[in-house]
Amino acid sequence: MVGATPLYSLKKFHVSTKLNIQAWCSVKNGTVSCNGKKIVSTDNEQTFSEFAKQIYKEQQWEYPKFYKMDRLSKLTFMTAEILLNEVTISSEEKEQLAVVFSNKSASLDTDRNYQNSINSIENFYPSPAVFVYTLPNIGMGEVCIRHKIQGENAFFVFDDFNPLFLKQYAESLAQNNKATQVLCGWTEIDEKGYKSFLYLASPNGTLPHTEETITKLYTQS
Amino acid sequence: MDALKKELKENIIEQLNLEEFTVEDIDNDDALFGDGLGLDSIDALELIVMLDKDYGIKLTDPEKSKEIFQSINVLAEYVATHRVK
Amino acid sequence: MSKPVYIQEASLVTPLGFSIAANILALENEKSGIEEQHGTDILDTPFYAAMIVSKKIDAAFEKLGDPSKYMKLEKMLLLSVAETLEKSNLQLSEKTALIIATTKGSIDVLDPDISFPEERAYLPVLGKKIQSFFGFKQEPIVVSNACVSGILAVAVAKRLIQNNIHENAVVVAGDLVSKFTVTGFNTFQALSDGPCKPYSKFRNGISIGEAAASVVVSSEKKKNTFVQVIGDGSCNDANHISGPSRTGEGLLKSVQSAMREAEVSTNDIDLISAHGTATIYNDEMEAIAFNRAQLQDVPLHSLKGYYGHTLGAAGLLEAIIGFEAMNQNKLFTSLGYDESGTSKPLNIIQKTEKKTVNTFLKTASGFGGSNAAVLFKKVSCEH
Repeated sequence: MVGATPLYSLKKFHVSTKLNIQAWCSVKNGTVSCNGKKIVSTDNEQTFSEFAKQIYKEQQWEYPKFYKMDRLSKLTFMTAEILLNEVTISSEEKEQLAVVFSNKSASLDTDRNYQNSINSIENFYPSPAVFVYTLPNIGMGEVCIRHKIQGENAFFVFDDFNPLFLKQYAESLAQNNKATQVLCGWTEIDEKGYKSFLYLASPNGTLPHTEETITKLYTQS
Repeated sequence: MDALKKELKENIIEQLNLEEFTVEDIDNDDALFGDGLGLDSIDALELIVMLDKDYGIKLTDPEKSKEIFQSINVLAEYVATHRVK
Repeated sequence: MSKPVYIQEASLVTPLGFSIAANILALENEKSGIEEQHGTDILDTPFYAAMIVSKKIDAAFEKLGDPSKYMKLEKMLLLSVAETLEKSNLQLSEKTALIIATTKGSIDVLDPDISFPEERAYLPVLGKKIQSFFGFKQEPIVVSNACVSGILAVAVAKRLIQNNIHENAVVVAGDLVSKFTVTGFNTFQALSDGPCKPYSKFRNGISIGEAAASVVVSSEKKKNTFVQVIGDGSCNDANHISGPSRTGEGLLKSVQSAMREAEVSTNDIDLISAHGTATIYNDEMEAIAFNRAQLQDVPLHSLKGYYGHTLGAAGLLEAIIGFEAMNQNKLFTSLGYDESGTSKPLNIIQKTEKKTVNTFLKTASGFGGSNAAVLFKKVSCEH
């Protein structure tokens, strides 16, 4: 190995790999907040799907694929869409944009749907369009497709929101030159309800990327 | 035949979550894949399940399904001849 | 210069055996774990899959505990971790991470015929079972990133260790052959009608498999340590949630990222253990990506012909076989391959033979546009 010529020369990245929080967005109980401001607050009686449809229409995303997504992907997509519309990321920067999402229930919300379609022998018509969403990282894939993000990707599962891990993993990506910016967060939906909280960690941010700040923003959201 | 075409359009809209389409938006000659309705490979698989569920038609050859899913006209023709329910 | 990270010990629980030696022997004899499965409650028609007989798992598990108290996947993961810990003599400290890679965990618990409580389907519950069984001090980190989970988990361990967050990690990966996944891939018309044939002109889909695999990843190089993790990457295709990219973009970027970090050139790589699921589109995508990376001449195999596609376990299981390839300087044949079936050429290994393997690349790709690549290097050891 010594003396070998690297085929791919070391790309020069931003010298500063210090991450700060640039923007954040959350969706829960019929409410959408971005950077601390409530931008949509709806009747809490709506089902999640009704709520998602309302946001989609209000925000005029014009992305009919949204309707085909499962609930977890819709939640993930909505939150990321609103957050990424708040910031400007060039296509060059997107090359170095990593996505690190997490939750508790993985894709169990859709897994149960799929399981119901295979339980009955008489009515055994499992749906490929449901099956494809029985992985928690698919929503992350939907965000990447929408924004042409080809950077580092990882989906983690924890018992509860884990700000320390998100911070540590995002920083390890920056320090290992795998990313200059990281879209991080939590996107959870289960029988009991839904909550998502995403933030952009970037050298352009102003809030400190610390466990305390992440926790504060998550709790306030 | 016209009733079957309308029924197929309704089923496709519902099965594939084409929320922004109505039966009137889909012409009988429109390409279902590619530029027309913009369906993709998962939609094709979903249509295969729909044909099995609603009409008892089992398709296992992907090439054959490509032919059948050309347009509502072609699909209706095939369903009318091959349906078992 | 980042701090070096090594693989210390490894273990396997697969249809080909519960030890690495048994697995290697089967590979040398070109024995496949894939069999035609009849009379299962998984599908009403026969299908091909590589499954582990539950009785064998239970018999092996007796030494650890009461088999009736644990689900099949839990037992597989516990057996694997127990062996890895025993071999490595690892002291579990505050700085030891437990990283679990799986796509579906104990998804079989959703089946109404299974009597375990439904909470066992939650991955953190699975994680806690393993954590408390061995007394890990940190909350487990579960990586659930489709079929790249197993190899991505190794990259995650390396990154956390390099950044001094942990000193070492036990990485364990596993997935089951379940009614859930088999019927799902069946609706995708993606199941092969015989044992799968990666990269072959006659390939027509995957065979699913089940396995558990584990390793210790550490900043410490022990006397018998011979594998260093030297580079990694995990990039998204940003193309389609289930269809592989036509350009192989995400896989190419992952491989380039790993090579750039490791500072190796194409000539340095002696073996690629690729994903090779044997679907038409996956294998074609890989052929395009490896050609774009100028790796078309490097000896390459897919191990899916032996193990089937073990989903979240695949990346780690196949990496462990790669470590043995380095250890023994041996290239294992890519079982199921006959005539080339990709539009771009690949150097598929067609005969198991001795050859020096100093640097080895493991790749995987999965739903959601995910890809991962990890590079390993042989380092001198004193055994």
